[in-house]
Amino acid sequence: MRKTFRLEDLDCANCAAKMENGIKELEGVSDCTVSFMSQKMTIETEDGTDIDKLMKKVVKLCRKIEPDCEIIM
Amino acid sequence: MTRKQKKTLIRIIVSGVLLAAAAFVPVKGVVRLAVYAVPYAVIGWDVLWKAVRNICHGQVFDENFLMAIATLGAFGTGEYAEAASVMLFYQIGELFQSCAVGKSRRSIASLMDIRPDYANIQRDGQLVRIDPDEVGIGDIIVVKPGERIPLDGTVTEGESSVDTAALTGESLPRTVRAGEDVISGCINRSGLIKVRVNKKFGESTVAKILDLVENSSSKKAKAENFITRFARYYTPVVVIAAVLLAVIPPIVLGGGWTGWLHRALIFLVISCPCALVISVPLSFFGGIGGASRKGILVKGGNYLEILADSEIVVFDKTGTLTKGVFNVTAVHPEEISEQRLIELAAYAESYSVHPIAKSILEAYAKDTDQNRITSCEELSGKGVKAVIDGLEVCVGNDKLMEQLGVGWRPCHHVGTTVHVAVNGKYAGHMVISDEIKETSADAVKSLKEKGVKRTVMLTGDSATVGEDAARRLGLDEVYTELLPAGKVEKVEKLLESKSPKGKLVFVGDGINDAPVLSRADIGIAMGAMGSDAAIEAADIVLMDDDPVKIADAIDISVKTVRIVRQNIVFALGVKLIVLLLGALGIANMWAAVFADVGVSVLAILNAMRAMRVK
Repeated sequence: MRKTFRLEDLDCANCAAKMENGIKELEGVSDCTVSFMSQKMTIETEDGTDIDKLMKKVVKLCRKIEPDCEIIM
Repeated sequence: MTRKQKKTLIRIIVSGVLLAAAAFVPVKGVVRLAVYAVPYAVIGWDVLWKAVRNICHGQVFDENFLMAIATLGAFGTGEYAEAASVMLFYQIGELFQSCAVGKSRRSIASLMDIRPDYANIQRDGQLVRIDPDEVGIGDIIVVKPGERIPLDGTVTEGESSVDTAALTGESLPRTVRAGEDVISGCINRSGLIKVRVNKKFGESTVAKILDLVENSSSKKAKAENFITRFARYYTPVVVIAAVLLAVIPPIVLGGGWTGWLHRALIFLVISCPCALVISVPLSFFGGIGGASRKGILVKGGNYLEILADSEIVVFDKTGTLTKGVFNVTAVHPEEISEQRLIELAAYAESYSVHPIAKSILEAYAKDTDQNRITSCEELSGKGVKAVIDGLEVCVGNDKLMEQLGVGWRPCHHVGTTVHVAVNGKYAGHMVISDEIKETSADAVKSLKEKGVKRTVMLTGDSATVGEDAARRLGLDEVYTELLPAGKVEKVEKLLESKSPKGKLVFVGDGINDAPVLSRADIGIAMGAMGSDAAIEAADIVLMDDDPVKIADAIDISVKTVRIVRQNIVFALGVKLIVLLLGALGIANMWAAVFADVGVSVLAILNAMRAMRVK
């Protein structure tokens, strides 16, 4: 499954890179890109992954790296 | 500027004035510290706050934290003015960065401002505005002058000129009449037209293009991945170096703690890789945006990067270098009348969708009566065999005639020769030719000027037709009489023959060359207005039919890649030099500020050039 989310107040390009790397290492994620320029996050998940559960982890991770950034779901 | 940016600007001004005033206050000791602490607090409180918050989250190499340590450290070593200034310049750099990024985001958004807001639809005799998403296939929509055509469809009533500039970069308006197709995203200029919708909004041209452009930044270029990987190691390495620099030399050499600490702080100021991390994607983003303004849609930064190394450009002939509009230019019957020959050929080809079949049907100019055809069989790469009024009619090329063992005659006209055999006897042939596009020769010439080493044409046509076209266009190589599978094979051979760094570009019209488009390093589909297959299969999509755009696309890619390289070399170079000088005690805090903020600003300004396309 492939899902795209809009990001708000993503102000730092390096944080975007850190988020991307962090999310890639989460269980059930096969690929992820966080685009600083278009303020978008695309997550590709493996089949049978619980999206809600995963997204909770993603939000927590992003909060840790860039607390101001909001993921619009 | 956004409100957030305005706030920062006010803080910068206030802090700057206070800092300048502080230089003239003749006080010493703790009072002097207090005098400088005020502008520092004004400009840096949020950085300090974020540093504390992020360190609680375990983010050690966070830029806020590093800035906080560097400036507080400078206060500790007694350099009050430097400490406050570093923070001030850091914030100026951040503000500049956010303005620059915002500006390029906005200008690309306006470039892609083709999303229609509403569609007019007739309901109970009244014209109502509804969401384009709610319009179904077969509905009739009304487009008034000045409005954007919201959905793809066919004009049923009215005549108007439409402006396709937002999609193709072509400024000349196109005239449309009843029966012709129109594409969403274009602007209706002059008259009221009614359009029968033939695609849902989600599958319309405009939705496809927006989707493509919005997703382009998720396909990252190699340079971009390199820089984010580099950034992951750069900051920790520099910070560890700073710690070592502050601790080891004083222990080994004995004493001088303050001096070494000062050098270490210079390292921390330079440790943020932001300039690089931001300028590389910004350049690609700008390049893709600039290209789309010219009607060139690039699906990702990676493709722009590969295109810059084009060595071989392979063209498909029909529809790419030629107009793809065939006309019957000569009819040479044997023993039967011209009209009869065309009639038989038209009936045989009446089920075929090939452009040649269409042209024969057009030459016949009458409707075909399907009842007269009892069977019809397509012979791939050769022609068709059909039974018409009980007669076995074979229509096709030389190969088909050879296979049938019919005594055929070649034609002296240049063009595609279509032979007709009736009941195993030769009945004559007709010549069908296709016109070369006006701009094709220029396109080939300018590709050569851009440094493309070989230009190649592949065609399913006969050797005479192919070679004639290749000679007129100035192409280096031509391969003729290829079946679709043969084209893939040829491209594979060409891929083997190129130099390891060079790239192979294939340009086609996307109709039946999807396998070749995906096999090449870069697949360019042209004339994509309305063709879903082309948008799917290609890496780069030219919205109009002009082959000159290929050279333009290469130009943009070369420029973008050059800007990216300049930024990487420049930013890394300056940072390394200042690190080195800092370690030796030659560079001061000001040089460090330049290496951080100054480099950031220059790299961003340079990156923004990529967006400007002439």
